[in-house]
Amino acid sequence: MTATTLPARRRRRIRPARAALHAFLLITALAWFFPVLWAVINSLRDYDYTTVHGYLSLGGFTLDNYANAWTQGEMPVYFANSLLITVPAVVLTLFLSSCAAFVLSNYSRRFNLLMLAVFLAANLLPPQALLVPLFRLYTSIRLPYWISESGSLYDSHMGVVLIHVAFQIGFCTFVLSNFMKAMPTSLLEAARVDGASVFQQYWKVVLPLCRPSLAALATLLVTWIYNDFFWALALLSSGDKMPITTALQNLQGAFFVDYNLLSAGSVIVALPTLIVFFLLQRHFVAGLTLGASKG
Amino acid sequence: MATPGTTAAPPAAPPPPDRRRPPRGRRTTLRYGRRDRISLALMLGVPAFLVIGLVWLPAAATVLLSFTRWDGIGGLETIEWIGTQNYTDAYTLYPPFEPALRNNLVWLLFLFAVPTVLGMFFAVLLDRELRGGPVYQSVFYLPVVLSLALTGFIWQLIYSSDQGLLNAFLALVSDRPPVDWFGDPDINLYAVLVAAGWKHTGYIMLLYLAGLKAVDPSLREAAAIDGAGPVRTFTSVVFPALLPINVVVVVVTVIDALRAFDLVWIINRGRNGLELISALVTSNVIGEASRVGFGSALAVIMLAFSLVFIAIYVSTVLRGAQR
Repeated sequence: MTATTLPARRRRRIRPARAALHAFLLITALAWFFPVLWAVINSLRDYDYTTVHGYLSLGGFTLDNYANAWTQGEMPVYFANSLLITVPAVVLTLFLSSCAAFVLSNYSRRFNLLMLAVFLAANLLPPQALLVPLFRLYTSIRLPYWISESGSLYDSHMGVVLIHVAFQIGFCTFVLSNFMKAMPTSLLEAARVDGASVFQQYWKVVLPLCRPSLAALATLLVTWIYNDFFWALALLSSGDKMPITTALQNLQGAFFVDYNLLSAGSVIVALPTLIVFFLLQRHFVAGLTLGASKG
Repeated sequence: MATPGTTAAPPAAPPPPDRRRPPRGRRTTLRYGRRDRISLALMLGVPAFLVIGLVWLPAAATVLLSFTRWDGIGGLETIEWIGTQNYTDAYTLYPPFEPALRNNLVWLLFLFAVPTVLGMFFAVLLDRELRGGPVYQSVFYLPVVLSLALTGFIWQLIYSSDQGLLNAFLALVSDRPPVDWFGDPDINLYAVLVAAGWKHTGYIMLLYLAGLKAVDPSLREAAAIDGAGPVRTFTSVVFPALLPINVVVVVVTVIDALRAFDLVWIINRGRNGLELISALVTSNVIGEASRVGFGSALAVIMLAFSLVFIAIYVSTVLRGAQR
């Protein structure tokens, strides 16, 4: 009897609180979304119109900014560069860290924790703390010209890919090894009895089962590596090799800034991560909390 | 007398199998053929080589370089050993150092005071069946997917002194001259922090949402039966249960505050009120007049701070992984 009256009473009492909660959330959410919305609105407006009427006006809507940002900012080149860095880096990171996680979670009991600590801590070091030696190392490693036009690892996409891989392996190995440790050992034992080699056990048994965490990590890695600004700035010198994040600076003149053009550029640059975010939201969120919820 | 003996026996029994386990493991590894051993070595060796060779060894080399004077251009033989000179110079002769330390500290305190608290608050509000809950969540973590560089550009549209929204709005309500939000060294740090906090809040909210989902619901039920209100339940039941997440949040926040770079670099290359240690290192090292030894000393200071928190983080999460 009390069980039926109590929830009813509680629900009635809570209703104004609920309304206040919704009002609060709605207002904060709008405030949160506003900067992005403002960029989108500005990107759709004509520069001359806004200089005459001010930004707090309505009208002058156009799509020209997008066309201009695309051509003036030489977006296709920079998008290609970002693609040439992001895709190999994500694939290599996932492959190498799943290999390491496989060995650490199934074969190496003694070094397991030490190696995981070495990997995981590397992921958290400040990048600036390794900049000078890395720069020196990169310039001294000679590469044939058909791999790198600069003749060394410095100023090559491969160099940027490698440092991203080295940095991200730590986090991914940690996440994947947690995932692999939770798998039933009988699966691997069965494969061993069937005569599967170590690599076959990894490639045919363990890796397919890791698909959910691989998907989550891939989404996360794509946004991290695509968004990187520091390593591209530090390890690339020719302007035409830069990724898209640095291309926006080209749209920002030294003496005068066309903010409508800049907004259009920002929206274009944000688009790939926004698409990833909206299509793969579930994976993205799962990825962000993969490391943390284990703690 | 007989009972203590019998109860003592079972706990004593488990260790032997434990001790026997490593040899058994070793015996199985011996059974693997040469090809298997090679693939095991490669599968762990290649990633380890990359992490150690490209991250740990350069970090160690930075520590060594911090005790030298070097322009970075000449060969390694032009490196001059000068002991701790760079460190004393940083403290005594380098004007941007003190503001950078202070700004990093302000950055850290702000991240804790506003986005962390706000993120936790949002998580608590959204951690229940709520109409539109997923939509609110998405909006709050939308900035997390945008790069910090992009965040800088987007907020420039609001902060710009002549074409920004904020000044356009202020001009409507008062006739004071426009404020240069990103240029005025007295206020630009706080303007930037709003943008940084905008991004950090969503991330913290996500971490806490994950943490809250893992809190045993029976704890809350017990608290409700004991007559605790929502606030009391949170402070004395839920929050203590969130301890591991709190450690992660503290470390993530400290490390983010230390590594902060992109935003200030986009705005004015970390000068004129926006000094941060990371930006000082970068400009000392990749600027025209590169002072490698000195820049390295600054980098080592960053490294030392972050290693303390990295150690806390790694030991916490690995202890969690052990369980």
